[in-house]
Amino acid sequence: MSKIIISAAIRGAHKIVNKCAAKLDEAIAKHGENQDIGFPNTAYYLPIIYSLMGVKIEKLKDAVPVMKRCKALLPPVPAEKHHLPYLGPGLDAGLATLFAEEIFEAIRYVEDPNFYAGGEEVYSKGATNFWTGAAEDTIFRKRGIEFVDGSAPGFAAIVGSAPSVQEAVDLVTEYQKKNLYIFCAAKDIEGKTSVCEQLLEGGVQIGWPTRIVPYGPDISAAVFALGFANRAAMAFGGVKPGAALKMLIYNKDRIFAFVNALSTISDEWYANAAGCINWGFPTITNQDIPQVLPTGICTYEHVVSNVPMAELGQKSIEVRGLKVTVTEIDIPVNFGAAFEGERVRKDDLFLECGGGKTQALEWVTSKRMDEVEDGKIEVIGKDIPDLPDGGRLPLGVVVEVAGRNFQADFEPILERQIHHLVNYAQGIMHIGQRDIAWYRIGKAAVEKGFTLKHIGTILHAKFHQDFGAIFDKVQVKIYTDADKVKEITDVARHVYHERDARVEGMTDETTEIYYSCTLCQSFAPNHVCVVSPERTGLCGAYNWMDCKASFEINPTGPNQPIQKGETLDEKYGNWKGVNDFVFKASRQAVASYNFYSLIYDPMTTCGCCECISAVLPMCNGIMTVNRDYTGETPCGMKFTTLAGVIGGGQTTPGFVGHSKYNVCQRKFILGDGGLLRVVWMSKNLKEELRERLIKRGEELGIPDLIDRIADESVGVTEDEILAFLTEKNHPALGMDPIIG
Amino acid sequence: MAELDLDKLSMDPAAQEMIKKAAAEGVETIWDRAEKMKPCPIGAEGACCRICAQGPCRVPPPKKKAGEEGAEEKKQRTGLCGATAETIVARNFARMVAAGTAAHSDHSRGVAKLFKEVALGKAEGYQIKDVAKLRRVARDWDVAISEGEGDDAKSRPKEVIALELAEKVLKEFGQQEGEINYVKRAPKKRQEIWRKQGVVPRGIDIEVVELMHRTHMGVDQDYHNIMKQSTRCALADGWAGSMISTDLQDILFGCPVPIASEINLGVLKEDHVNIIIHGHEPLLPELIAAVVQEPEIIQYAQNKGAKGIQLAGMCCSANEILMRHGIPVAGNYLHQELAIITGALDALVVDVQCIMESLANVAKCYHTKLITTDTRARITGETVHIPFDEHHGLDVARQVVREAIDNFPNRRAPVMIPSVSAPMVVGFSYETIQYLLGGSIRGSYYTLNDNIINGRVRGVAGVVGCNNCRTTQDSAHLTMIKELLKNDVIVLSTGCAAMAAGKYGLLTPESAAQYCGPGLAEVCETVGIPPVLHMGACVDNSRILMAATACVKAGGLGTDISDLPAAGAAPEWMSEKAIAIGQYFVASGVYTVFGVTFPSTGSEIFTDYLFKGIEEEYGGKWDFEADPLVAAQKMIAHIDLKRKALGIDKARERVLFDMAMRRELEAAAGEEA
Repeated sequence: MSKIIISAAIRGAHKIVNKCAAKLDEAIAKHGENQDIGFPNTAYYLPIIYSLMGVKIEKLKDAVPVMKRCKALLPPVPAEKHHLPYLGPGLDAGLATLFAEEIFEAIRYVEDPNFYAGGEEVYSKGATNFWTGAAEDTIFRKRGIEFVDGSAPGFAAIVGSAPSVQEAVDLVTEYQKKNLYIFCAAKDIEGKTSVCEQLLEGGVQIGWPTRIVPYGPDISAAVFALGFANRAAMAFGGVKPGAALKMLIYNKDRIFAFVNALSTISDEWYANAAGCINWGFPTITNQDIPQVLPTGICTYEHVVSNVPMAELGQKSIEVRGLKVTVTEIDIPVNFGAAFEGERVRKDDLFLECGGGKTQALEWVTSKRMDEVEDGKIEVIGKDIPDLPDGGRLPLGVVVEVAGRNFQADFEPILERQIHHLVNYAQGIMHIGQRDIAWYRIGKAAVEKGFTLKHIGTILHAKFHQDFGAIFDKVQVKIYTDADKVKEITDVARHVYHERDARVEGMTDETTEIYYSCTLCQSFAPNHVCVVSPERTGLCGAYNWMDCKASFEINPTGPNQPIQKGETLDEKYGNWKGVNDFVFKASRQAVASYNFYSLIYDPMTTCGCCECISAVLPMCNGIMTVNRDYTGETPCGMKFTTLAGVIGGGQTTPGFVGHSKYNVCQRKFILGDGGLLRVVWMSKNLKEELRERLIKRGEELGIPDLIDRIADESVGVTEDEILAFLTEKNHPALGMDPIIG
Repeated sequence: MAELDLDKLSMDPAAQEMIKKAAAEGVETIWDRAEKMKPCPIGAEGACCRICAQGPCRVPPPKKKAGEEGAEEKKQRTGLCGATAETIVARNFARMVAAGTAAHSDHSRGVAKLFKEVALGKAEGYQIKDVAKLRRVARDWDVAISEGEGDDAKSRPKEVIALELAEKVLKEFGQQEGEINYVKRAPKKRQEIWRKQGVVPRGIDIEVVELMHRTHMGVDQDYHNIMKQSTRCALADGWAGSMISTDLQDILFGCPVPIASEINLGVLKEDHVNIIIHGHEPLLPELIAAVVQEPEIIQYAQNKGAKGIQLAGMCCSANEILMRHGIPVAGNYLHQELAIITGALDALVVDVQCIMESLANVAKCYHTKLITTDTRARITGETVHIPFDEHHGLDVARQVVREAIDNFPNRRAPVMIPSVSAPMVVGFSYETIQYLLGGSIRGSYYTLNDNIINGRVRGVAGVVGCNNCRTTQDSAHLTMIKELLKNDVIVLSTGCAAMAAGKYGLLTPESAAQYCGPGLAEVCETVGIPPVLHMGACVDNSRILMAATACVKAGGLGTDISDLPAAGAAPEWMSEKAIAIGQYFVASGVYTVFGVTFPSTGSEIFTDYLFKGIEEEYGGKWDFEADPLVAAQKMIAHIDLKRKALGIDKARERVLFDMAMRRELEAAAGEEA
């Protein structure tokens, strides 16, 4: 009976809009109409309103016409008999609800600035001030990429509280295992508890790194989840603010989210759920309410009810039309990307390896087929059961791979997986790589029976699952004996060095095959990355070798070999074969781009780039800023605004997205003058690249180049840094005009 | 007067009551005349040629006598000039198309002329009510809605847009070459078919004139070629004359949105001044609807002893003011005499089309004033003629209403208003349907398509047309519609057919659960709509064309109207307009079934072309089936054929999407309708 649901939603929408409108009037009376409002550190204003109406709300007075529109959108409650049609009006009521709530939450940021904790903390049992509120753009961009590349297939928006703590834990853990994000809003209508509080009580850590996001205690916090989705569509999908239909269809087709209402559903919740239907996000609930099964606005059913808690997770993803593959690994703890972000804190620590306290390393090496027994896992030295009180151990994780298709070049690719794969195990924390690896194993995991041997179990299973096409057999040796670890460390270090030298030695000129990367096309349908040896993928995740391996693993996948073909422009890096491929793969949106220029037809970005460079005309140079830097930059835009400008797969002359690593590659914007053009770089990036920047400076004959590049401590306007550059005699000042 | 079998005449209890009253009072009605005069059998088959003075030539098909099967077929006669049966039947058919097109287009011209006067500010009482629709329509006519570029762009005033639009539209009536503008609204594939067949109308009037010429004695004597021009003429009705009038009326009077109202003679009120508006053009009715709310007018009525004024409609003038203002309906075509027979009707105000001359006689038997308002449509015996003049529309309206009020004290006993009326929810313009299917942003015919694809809705049927005294009033409509609903076919309706549905409660949302199959009932419940959507007057069949086109464009159901699991019907048709409408639906790709009688049966060859051959050219075809139940089943069978061709005759698999599938999604899928 849709009528019951929609009538409730319309009633709820009236209540919410009236409440929010009163709040707005009150706020204007109190703070004046020129009071600034907005969510913290975002370039997307109030993102639902901005994306659907194209309206930038910066001051209280900007919200007045929007609130007027909300009231206009509110339909009357359907009559008892011979009612007028209600689906369209009901969905509009839902939109009005969300617009009004977004304004309400923005006012809350003015009136109660400490209401939300913000940030990316992980909260454990006993935490109190854990509601995060709106995600800042830095968080959104980092997490958004996981939606884009598929490592997070969607999100479950949970409202209310589960019937019991255990049922809350079970449902959320199921979603975590399926790699979904869990966005939570609203305590139950009695105001007693919420899923987030139940999780904490049940010993589950929450917070962004765990993929469980406690947005807020009120239903209005639902706008944070939807705002996140809409920002993804704007940042990665190239959907323009105000393109309302495109925005909502994008969400329906590409962002696999759904709503779970777990306790008594109030009119206000119905109103929010009606709003979500516009996005194509259905509601699946354990509550005894009517169902809305016909399809159309959502891909499948709109409201499915009376689902037992134990079946809710499975039913929800089926209703949303989502396919997720769960990795079942034979270890005693949960496993999945959502567990990557948990912390193992000092008090919970059972065993620690590496981290400066002991030596720990990881090394993947290839062997002859007869030297490897697939699935064999040996622990050489002590394992956890041998350490009743825990403590520290040295650690060497050596993975031996064999197979006809295996190439030595794939070793580092597999090796790099170890970090996140080990982290996926619940209660295990992993930091670093190679000979600076650092393992922390928590008491809870040990209590469940986790041993070091299980690291081998994980690697064997996941390597087969994800990379099975490039090898046949894998065995794992785990060393904890100090002498043995030292011996292996020496050998491995030698190998690391050789590998680096080999990759460094590859050039674009001597390579005929480049690789495409269209991994992000699920979000940015017109964007195509092309990766060459000297221009690694702009997200930082894929270098040429990774793409090559990925192609071998999945020959029809997102990484395809491209015969670069005739060189059309050597200076700017333009090839016929590449252009032809890009034209087709971008669905005719981009006809050509250059690898080595940000001035002329620069390569496009989906929005996932680690860094963005932009022209600074006054300084005759460029600036480079990375995603983690949230401050102002000399081009007048913060990173997130820049990313908004250039994202979505369009060519934007004067700007280019790239990886951090690319900055010190020899071809970096070589057509425009190369690294010597860089006159400003955010400090954190400069520090991260310090060693390589010095090395490149030396190669270019300016060993102190790094010190001649300005950063935010010098200034964040061109005027401020120009004096510094002149004083330091920055090489860019003497170069040909950058635009001309 | 012969004993009347009421159940055979009408299934409407209000009608039955009034027919009885008429009989008792010795007032002759259409049913009495139908009893006395049977239809001319040769004329009914279209086999009588009377286009020159050497005839009339009658060429009825040779009758087969029992036992003569297998004997040599007797050759069908020809006319004196040698015209074959197929030529004669085709010419008669074509002239019905021409008359129907002329009716809609002349209506349309009137609206366009008024529209221009409104734009010029010379038509008191009118205004441009629906600016959003004005802008949408202007875009389709390449009339700029803003001036200046980029940030300097500003909207043009609505009057300026309207004036330019009016001039462009008015030109189309007399346009001599090129293509009518709205051809481009049709699906691309449909446009190509029309161009390939050479039937894209050049203008509106030219196609009527040429068709009349070609069916003159001794001109076009090839039935296929005659039908080509008939098609071109019919398309000038559906995709020009009718469509223009719908659009301009919506701009002037408001695009209909859902509204509740009531239907049947029970809406008349004994203690009120009862005025019924009857005919087809809403220009004057719009003003009458406004005037009856003026306090001075109400006071005037009260001074005459009435409690107030009850305005109601009949036929398509009724549909126009019903759709836009919820003004109640007194009944459909066959109710026109019956309303007078209540004795409670103070004025019957008529304009054009479907107005029976007998009204003058019936009105004389009671106190009712028959007021004609259109100079093109006078009736001998009318009480008074008050010609509509768009420059003084309000004055005319007030004069009409005062005439009615003045007549209130003249009521003669006995007044008998049947206490029969039914609630209904109407107002389903094609734009409104789109909105209802998902709201301001997500509203899209895709929602309907998706439920057609998943099988909840089996298909879409347009059930339209008139009442016909040769069949039980409303019965064929009801039988057909109920059968369609039972089989999960949603029904779009206009004209007197929609009113028939309304009289029996089928225009209420509650009727979905009662009459529909489970799938359709569920969809109606979800959207909150009745299972029969009242889309307006018969001129608004253009809305059905737009809805069908919107379905095609929303995706998932093929690339042309002829791919849709859809069918059309006019089970109780009687007017020439119905033939014009039928022909433009067939030429737009729709399978169209008529009931009662079919005016081509005098030629087997020509009928065969209409029922079969034409489908190869246009993807749509005619059919005739007197039994409405069988007709509905034929429509459903056709719908099933189309479902099969689309590959949606099987249960749909639930597709679960992984990331690779999401990457494959077309960038532009389902965007910016």
